[in-house]
Amino acid sequence: MAGSVGTPILEAPIAEGSSDQHLVLNMGPQHPSTHGVLRLVLEIDGEIVVRVYPEIGYLHTGIEKTAEAKFYQQVVPMTDRIDYLSPMANNLCYCLAVEKLLGLEIPEKAQWVRVLLTELTRLNSHLVWLGTHAMDIGALTVFLYTFREREEIQRLFEAVAGQRMMTSYFRIGGLSMEPPLDYFQRVQAFIRTFPEKIDEYSNLLTGNPIFVNRLKGVGLLSAADAIALGVTGPPLRASGIDFDLRRDMPYSSYEKFQFKVPTSTVGDTWARYEVRLIEMRESVKIIQQALDGMPEGPIKADAPKIILPDREKMKTQMEALIHHFKIVTEGFAVPAGEVYQGIESPRGQMGYYVVSDGTAKPYRVHMRNPSFATLQAVETMAKGRLLADLVAVIGSIDIVLGEIDR
Amino acid sequence: MSSSQSNAQSDFQPLLGKAAVLDALGQHPAIKAILAWNEQALTDAKFDRNELTLTIASDQIRAAAQTLQAAGYNFFEDLTAVDWFPASPRFQLSYHILSHRYKERIRLRVLVDEADPAVESITLLWPAANFYEREVFDLFGIRFEGHPNLRRIMMPDDWNGHPLRKDYPVEGYR
Repeated sequence: MAGSVGTPILEAPIAEGSSDQHLVLNMGPQHPSTHGVLRLVLEIDGEIVVRVYPEIGYLHTGIEKTAEAKFYQQVVPMTDRIDYLSPMANNLCYCLAVEKLLGLEIPEKAQWVRVLLTELTRLNSHLVWLGTHAMDIGALTVFLYTFREREEIQRLFEAVAGQRMMTSYFRIGGLSMEPPLDYFQRVQAFIRTFPEKIDEYSNLLTGNPIFVNRLKGVGLLSAADAIALGVTGPPLRASGIDFDLRRDMPYSSYEKFQFKVPTSTVGDTWARYEVRLIEMRESVKIIQQALDGMPEGPIKADAPKIILPDREKMKTQMEALIHHFKIVTEGFAVPAGEVYQGIESPRGQMGYYVVSDGTAKPYRVHMRNPSFATLQAVETMAKGRLLADLVAVIGSIDIVLGEIDR
Repeated sequence: MSSSQSNAQSDFQPLLGKAAVLDALGQHPAIKAILAWNEQALTDAKFDRNELTLTIASDQIRAAAQTLQAAGYNFFEDLTAVDWFPASPRFQLSYHILSHRYKERIRLRVLVDEADPAVESITLLWPAANFYEREVFDLFGIRFEGHPNLRRIMMPDDWNGHPLRKDYPVEGYR
């Protein structure tokens, strides 16, 4: 195998000012508060964190390499597995990138359903964050409450996609199928009661002196540091940078929705907690607008050579049968070029970089995942604080190891 | 710098080549900054599907990134590579840099030879590039001069080869 020559494996550098009085402590990869298989090599002076060195790659499954051997439409189910807490955001980002390469115009209804489901995904993901974050701090009860609502959302996903977690509902060119008849009423019923549920979580945590003392003033991240370290999403906005791709570089008709982008200037874990709570309330507003103004029309673009035909048509029309056979066996060719599509996932800016060489398989698929960059900021946030604060910091940046390692 | 995306075919007006892009987008802040700094370093340009790609000479990437950072492109978003095996130069590095002020993203493209795949690191400008450069080093075998800790990040330290190269098999024995 070529390639190993000239690429030396270097030793881990010793941090400046390291002293032999410091203890090197290994945290993870199996540790309940690391949200997966995160391994942190810590240098500690007593209980004070001096240095944090993340060792990642335990979940590396080579999705980028596998994608190069699949047809474009076969990559969609793999994107679910990257960030397993927000599958729809991954589906959306990949589909938008390929649609941009193809020059496909997506019908309005499909775009609005995409917005609706992506915001439900944001709620879903933030509920897991809130439950586990509070649990790390020691407030075990909240987890039971958030998972009660998360279960509802997953039932909504199951109704629309047939799957609770690995949905693959967004397809290149639109949606995989029509939502069920009473679907929007079910979402409406959920949305009607959800703001009260947010109050309920807030009542459990916001006034809780233990929770407040564990979060306030912990894990400070300045705006300049956040930008330098590539932090995006709620942590960036909690540090005072007012930037949200949904509003500032809209995609999938987000420009038609009115919502506020919550920010804070404090930049500690408490600010990140508050920003995410307000974000959940804003998501509810977006879902309400999507339900109120849901346009009528098709849910797939008019591109028979790219999108699988309806089952009914396939069994009655020769043309449709041929297209079905061709798409399944040979895929569809995508014009050569390169695109980068960014979206605001629950964790921050997600981006898919897709390069096509004109064939039916992507030449290169690369994902920019928010957690990967945000993990680099852990050292800045946890330095000089107690070891226990590190747990609060990890919880507050809401990492998913599946998207760090891919 | 369209505020909203549209994929309609009529929006497709690819501008290929440096001359065409400079002609049509001469007032673009990124292009203006690059031209004011060093026109020779800009070897090629492309405006396709509403995305601006600037090809920078491989020994100038750090200075080019610094110029753009000063010109308002303040956020390093992504770095990855593409292996164009067996073409020469073999590797393409794609830097995606975002501007919070202009609400716009540009792509810097750098072509790297197979014989000595190395470019200057931009970690001094954006510490965020640290993990990204390590990932490209790990999976493509491109070195970044001046990187503080250029070690494998995804694969084990004693791994042989670089998995995302095109001559590395997807499955089976190596």
